[in-house]
Amino acid sequence: MTRLSAAFSKPHPALVAFITAGDGDTAANLDALVVGGADVIELGMPFTDPMADGPVIQEANIRSLNAGTTTADIFALASSFRKRHPDTPLVLMGYANPMTIRGGDWFASECNKAGVDGVICVDIPPEEDPELGPALRSAGIDLIRLATPTTDTVRLPAVLNGASGFLYYVSVAGITGLQVAAQTSIDEAVARLKAHTDLPIAVGFGVRTPEQAANIARVADGVVVGSAIVELVAKHGINAAGPVRDYVASLKSAIISARG
Amino acid sequence: MTTDKPTPNSFRNQPDDRGHFGQFGGRYVAETLMPLVLDLEREYRAAKQDPAFAAQFDDLLEHYVGRPSPLYYAERLTEDVRKDAPAGKGAQIWFKRDELNHTGAHKINNCIGQILLAIRMGKTRIIAETGAGQHGVATATVCARFGLPCFIYMGAKDIERQQPNVFRMRLLGAEVIPVTSGAGTLKDAMNEGLRDWVANVHDTFYIIGTAAGPHPYPELVRDFQSVIGKEARAQMLSRINRLPDLLVAAIGGGSNAIGLFHPFLDDKDVQMLGIEAAGHGLEKEHAASLAGGRPGILHGNKTYLLQDDDGQIAEAHSISAGLDYPGIGPEHSWLKEIGRVRYDSVTDTEALSAFQLLCRTEGIIPALEPAHAIAAVEREAKKMDRDQIILANLCGRGDKDIFTVAEALGTSI
Repeated sequence: MTRLSAAFSKPHPALVAFITAGDGDTAANLDALVVGGADVIELGMPFTDPMADGPVIQEANIRSLNAGTTTADIFALASSFRKRHPDTPLVLMGYANPMTIRGGDWFASECNKAGVDGVICVDIPPEEDPELGPALRSAGIDLIRLATPTTDTVRLPAVLNGASGFLYYVSVAGITGLQVAAQTSIDEAVARLKAHTDLPIAVGFGVRTPEQAANIARVADGVVVGSAIVELVAKHGINAAGPVRDYVASLKSAIISARG
Repeated sequence: MTTDKPTPNSFRNQPDDRGHFGQFGGRYVAETLMPLVLDLEREYRAAKQDPAFAAQFDDLLEHYVGRPSPLYYAERLTEDVRKDAPAGKGAQIWFKRDELNHTGAHKINNCIGQILLAIRMGKTRIIAETGAGQHGVATATVCARFGLPCFIYMGAKDIERQQPNVFRMRLLGAEVIPVTSGAGTLKDAMNEGLRDWVANVHDTFYIIGTAAGPHPYPELVRDFQSVIGKEARAQMLSRINRLPDLLVAAIGGGSNAIGLFHPFLDDKDVQMLGIEAAGHGLEKEHAASLAGGRPGILHGNKTYLLQDDDGQIAEAHSISAGLDYPGIGPEHSWLKEIGRVRYDSVTDTEALSAFQLLCRTEGIIPALEPAHAIAAVEREAKKMDRDQIILANLCGRGDKDIFTVAEALGTSI
């Protein structure tokens, strides 16, 4: 069983937590996510042109790049995380260019060496899968695909073909961090996706309160929280670990009691 | 718009059915946009087959834009260049005068085509990005013409240096939205345009201004702009019964260049030269992605980009806001790699000097974008025989640039 499938086999839905690599004290914040109870961690790779992200994550990318974060730094963070936390799955999330600039094979091999479990690439749809998909699959790294409100049932099989780890349902057509979808539309979407796949379904975009997380946890296999955590890092700078841990713990307890 | 079918093994049968020009192009967009990009492709295929679409496009180009644009022999510029050329050298310089189009540049050709597609698709809201403001003005113009609400994303820094165009867009009823992220230039405006689109896919059409972005944009923008090359080719044949020896055009994203080049790609005796902006010089800050970049993925396509070793995109620089972009249309990347088109670059200083030369010798104030092409024309003409012909695309007029040029020349107006 992979670390990712173990994370989605727990008695409660998984809390998937996102932070941007190189923004603040990333190693301490990663530890805080684990201590707070995150079941899966998404580590964002900063990019100069994050066109699917809202202002909160855009600014985190800028802070990180201005601090001089390189791709090598990100893999170093991942490697040391893996040594400290042998069981918590770590997923890299980012944009195509930094992931493919040295070739898909290079990236997949670095992921493998660093103990990265999966990759989410925002701007490589199934139509461009050869760019990264085959390299990741042969290195044993899960390629986590995104489904959105515009992914209809005709298109869904193309999205699922080659997807593994889990399916990330982007609950609103839009950018990260701004709005949350109506719960009824999330319920319907998760039901529709579950009719087509056995992969765990994690739902994200705009989730910030424990109540929202709990509502999603009643129907989905995972809840993704990103911008709200990144805001805490922005607010508290290098002292963000405590507030991040407490916030994540509040989300986690809401998720655990959701199906209570 | 007419479409004559290219022969097999032609340079004109790109892209493939997945939108790739060799290794370039493609559809690198977020999943939310993918279904819309596929819809657009289907709708464009249908429009291409629809004589009514072609008739409406042609009619608007003739009666609204003012096409065909003239083909002009620049006699005094030719003479001026011959003064410093070796004996027997100094090719004839001709211009395709797309600066005479309504709104003052070639951009309107594409906007007419795209707004007709938007209406066909039932979209009711138009967005666009703009650098110099020419594409923004052209988009605002067609939105006013067809009564659709228009939102233009423009870098805050570009808004500062292109105030006349900002005012024009507002007069035309568009809302100009300042973009402060990144360096506040064209690249950032494009990011913000994509963010708007992803949040409003249900009713919004994104009119992309150059032959770049996800498939089918590079193809459809090229097709709409190919009116330039089709007219020029027919005009050359009817005026002097021969084709030019060399085509020259400036390249930011490359839509005026691909529009001129594409109809000539299979004329094997016609050479082509694309001119990128070398800014302060290729060893300093510039916007020449073919000369100083390498292949990467940005804004929906794979193409040559200015970037660092980690794939972080660099800021471009050019005195011309319309060339100030760190990428280039994917078909140009392909044409460079297969060697069909030669690419070179021209600095800010050289472009400024060519700008003034054309004013003085021909009574034409060019935009700073084609001023880059004119600088290259001077260089090339001196190496070519007197009976040879250079055809350059005068893709925009310089009214919008007089403030920038005045500042660069140390004059206040």
